[in-house]
Amino acid sequence: MLAAVLVMAGLALVLGGVLGWASIRFRVEEDPLVEKIDAILPQTQCGQCGFPGCKPYAEAISKGEADINRCPPGGEEGVRRLAELLGVEPKPLGEGLEHKPKSVAVIDENLCIGCTLCIQACPVDAIVGAAKQMHTVVPELCTGCELCVQPCPVDCIHMEVIKEDVVTWKWRYPVVSIRKTA
Amino acid sequence: MRTGNPPAAGARGRRLYDFPGGVHPEGHKAVSTGRPIAAMPLLPRYVVALRQHIGEPARAVVQIGERVLRGQLIGRPEGYVSVGVHAPTSGRVVAVEPRPVPHPSGLMDLCVVIDADGEDRAVDLAPLDWHRMDPSALRNRLREMGLAGLGGAVFPSFIKLNPGAKRQIPILILNGAECEPWITCDDMLMRERASEILLGAHVMRHMLGAEQVLVGIEDNKPEALACMAEAAAGSDVEVVGVPTVYPGGGGKQLTYTLTGRKTPSKGLTTDVGVQVFNVGTAYSLYRAVYLGEPLVSRVVTVTGHVGSPRNLEVRLGSPISDVIRAAGGELPGATGEVIGGPMMGFDLHDTSAPITKAVNCVLVRNAEHFPPKPAPMPCIRCGECARACPAALQPYELYWYARHRDFGKTQSYSLFDCIECGCCSYVCPSHIPLVDYYRFAKSEIWAREREKQAADLARERHEFRIFRLEREKREKAEKLAKKASERMDSGAVATDDPEAARKKALLAAAIEKAKQAKAGIRPKNVDDLPADKQREIAAIEARRQQLASTAEPSDTRSPTPDS
Amino acid sequence: MTGSPHIIAQHTSVRSVMLKVLAALIPGTLAHAWYFGPGVWVSLLLCTFFAYTFEALALAMRNQPLKPFLGDGSVLVTAWLLALSLPTLAPWWLYAVGMLFAVLVAKHLYGGLGQNLFNPAMVGYAALIVSFPAYMTQWPAPMDLASHTPDLLEALDLVFAGQGAVSPDAYTAATPLDTLRTQVRAGGDAAAIMLEPVFGHLGARGQEMVALMYLLGGLLLLNYRVIGWHIPTAYLGAVVLTATGLHLLDAGRHADPLFHLMAGGTMLGAFFILTDPVSASATPRGKLIYAGLAGCITVVIRAFGGYPDGVAFSVLLMNMAVPFIDAHTQPKVFGQVGRDRDRP
Repeated sequence: MLAAVLVMAGLALVLGGVLGWASIRFRVEEDPLVEKIDAILPQTQCGQCGFPGCKPYAEAISKGEADINRCPPGGEEGVRRLAELLGVEPKPLGEGLEHKPKSVAVIDENLCIGCTLCIQACPVDAIVGAAKQMHTVVPELCTGCELCVQPCPVDCIHMEVIKEDVVTWKWRYPVVSIRKTA
Repeated sequence: MRTGNPPAAGARGRRLYDFPGGVHPEGHKAVSTGRPIAAMPLLPRYVVALRQHIGEPARAVVQIGERVLRGQLIGRPEGYVSVGVHAPTSGRVVAVEPRPVPHPSGLMDLCVVIDADGEDRAVDLAPLDWHRMDPSALRNRLREMGLAGLGGAVFPSFIKLNPGAKRQIPILILNGAECEPWITCDDMLMRERASEILLGAHVMRHMLGAEQVLVGIEDNKPEALACMAEAAAGSDVEVVGVPTVYPGGGGKQLTYTLTGRKTPSKGLTTDVGVQVFNVGTAYSLYRAVYLGEPLVSRVVTVTGHVGSPRNLEVRLGSPISDVIRAAGGELPGATGEVIGGPMMGFDLHDTSAPITKAVNCVLVRNAEHFPPKPAPMPCIRCGECARACPAALQPYELYWYARHRDFGKTQSYSLFDCIECGCCSYVCPSHIPLVDYYRFAKSEIWAREREKQAADLARERHEFRIFRLEREKREKAEKLAKKASERMDSGAVATDDPEAARKKALLAAAIEKAKQAKAGIRPKNVDDLPADKQREIAAIEARRQQLASTAEPSDTRSPTPDS
Repeated sequence: MTGSPHIIAQHTSVRSVMLKVLAALIPGTLAHAWYFGPGVWVSLLLCTFFAYTFEALALAMRNQPLKPFLGDGSVLVTAWLLALSLPTLAPWWLYAVGMLFAVLVAKHLYGGLGQNLFNPAMVGYAALIVSFPAYMTQWPAPMDLASHTPDLLEALDLVFAGQGAVSPDAYTAATPLDTLRTQVRAGGDAAAIMLEPVFGHLGARGQEMVALMYLLGGLLLLNYRVIGWHIPTAYLGAVVLTATGLHLLDAGRHADPLFHLMAGGTMLGAFFILTDPVSASATPRGKLIYAGLAGCITVVIRAFGGYPDGVAFSVLLMNMAVPFIDAHTQPKVFGQVGRDRDRP
């Protein structure tokens, strides 16, 4: 009896030691959850989720304070990836939120009065210009968040959908329908 | 592996190596080799695409209405991976605008449209003194002259002709394999202009410092083999007949066949000391160096269901419809055009698209040679594709993961080693368009990479902005604190100083006024907007308020702060 | 939108692959009929009938088009293989149950053509041998040993009306594998047992000729390039090696390797069942491992197990291991240097 207990206890100790050693030895350094969520978010910084930027939204998701379907620029695909990361069921985008094709802001340079209001609104500093000088959007930096559209007192900013060109064009998913010919 | 004793004349015994996989589609080469290469007659209008090569498109340097001469630079290379674009004839620029281009997407791209004046006057063409020129200057000259690989990939030649600081390129291979069915432009070029090709190769060899020059030609082209061997007689250029296996003309495949050197996966042939050029590129280099002529024309095979299939020397920018007409026109029953060969070419969406440096063949389809593909069946994992794959991939696994959009897995199964040669789709008994799935997966991965880079940039800039705003806030607070302490130092009387109080009141008034001014700013044209637009604007405004309240010290902000 | 290539190899289709397999089965089937009587035609016909019935049913339930999938011939191959694995002259419902498991459970519950993890015919066989072992051991005796061989009419009668006028003892006999196992376990000496007439010249009277015909068919498939050499070679090699090992250890209890090659379903398994591409390993090294282990298991089951043959269970066991084997035996891609990549 005693022998059995000792053997079991010994085994438990040895195995526990091995497991403990392995967990330290083979530990995988992982990004904190917030970083991982933030990596999936599109970084538009548009605030459509109700948070002031992507990082705060990521923090809220990780704390369980926000749902995963609040990010329209990420679209269904973004929700799906968040769901996969968090191990929950994907769901459609939240009410009132709608995925729009990616756009950039364009300033009509003839109308711009150089008030700098859009510059203050831009979350990624993608608008250049100075007071009383004409402003312009750097399209490579623009995330399409639309936050600059509303502040403009002369309504000279509009959003332009980014069109596919021969470089950004993508091969489509092959449409294979066996039924079509059957 | 086999010891090659190629049947072709002039070829010396050379050990050849068998690359994995490959298929044997019907050649149909004789269809277009019956007639010699003919120059296209001058056309009234040319549409010269500014993006004819891999890399950055050229930037137009001509204005509408400007008169140009043949060989005049109309597109300046922009960025490193880029080459120049030239006017194919003399005439007047009538437009610089997006036009249909030969591209699988069928999208438009920026082109310079030139109305020919019929005189075909050229700029002054001066041969290059390539022996004495500084290698870097010579490469720059070739860059400007628009030289790019004419085998189909159109990679700027000047980059490939740079042996690099340390890199040793002992072997130069001229690729005359032309493994794609139907295409014969390299074949005919080798038959008719072998010595010019070798002159070009000579310049290449000089630039690379290569010790050995090999010309690889598939043994289904005995005439070309003979012509090249004859032209190479007496020199140490070795003309080698290689077995006819598609895709034996792939750069990595031909390198292995001829030298037994395996180009590392994800690497270049230069990693194993080999540089490969298409024979057409060697010929255009000859024209650039010996005649001083920029790349304004190329040989194009026009074959398939046309009146007189043949090879034409076509000016870049010639509308494809005109080129087809020059080859007898499409016969009744034509079912579309393919740019390139049947294995790797793509469907042309618009025949008004021009010939570019990349177009080696215009193949007019008909139902007999290009029957509609049968409906695909499920994959039965038979492994035919794996046996046919020249990159020794497992196409059925790639298909499985690409189909389920598991792009990470496709990459771990070496998706990017796929050269899209089409062998797997060709042999698949289930008729699955395998390559379409790989192209889909590749472009999705590229798009995601672009998105990720954009997101990273946006994140970085957003974080910096928050940092900047905070710093500004802190600095302002410090300034205020400093002022306050100064006042403290100057004595308590200061607070009672009527002057100071007056100033303070003025300041407060100014801030109040500014605040009112800010609140008073109302965008125009919003009064008669539809309700949903109004709602949208309200939502944006609310978001902005929230952003401002969390990220910015809005109370101390002046209406027009420094920016 | 479909891109390149714009041409495909002529005369290749799932259907043509399946038809070649069927053609290669013809010599073995003829030999079967020649040595064991015409009953095999009845079971073939029944299995085919049930196969198409269940296939059509499953396709209709799965809302899939009938024409391409009924026409691809894959279900016919399944039916044919199962019919050749089952004893002939069994009651009709036995074939029905077998095909039910093969087509509905093994094939369509997994997603239909190309999706099945297990070889459908072998799932049908396994289901029957677990459920109805008594019927599965009643094999017709070789014609030259039987006191009576039912002709076609009698065969139909037996299959549909049950054993009426003719006593089963008159036309059935224990198979060589069965005979050997039961008698060795009763204390007999293998060498002595194998002198009995049922063991024929090479190991199994009648069966040996059928096996040689399967071998011929298999060589045809190799020639057609429908199958590769890896699986048959590894499987037969492993059978011979394992059997030789056991035979050398204890010749009194274990038969010689030739017997294992000729008896039971070894040849059918090597060329027609293990080579089913859907459920087999697909990498060259994987095929060797997959078929080699299957060969070992076959002989081990025959030597120590309780079932009349080990082919079906060895195939199913190795089918299970295929995803794992494939993931770890990916060949190097062209130009890949160093060791194999780590594949998850």
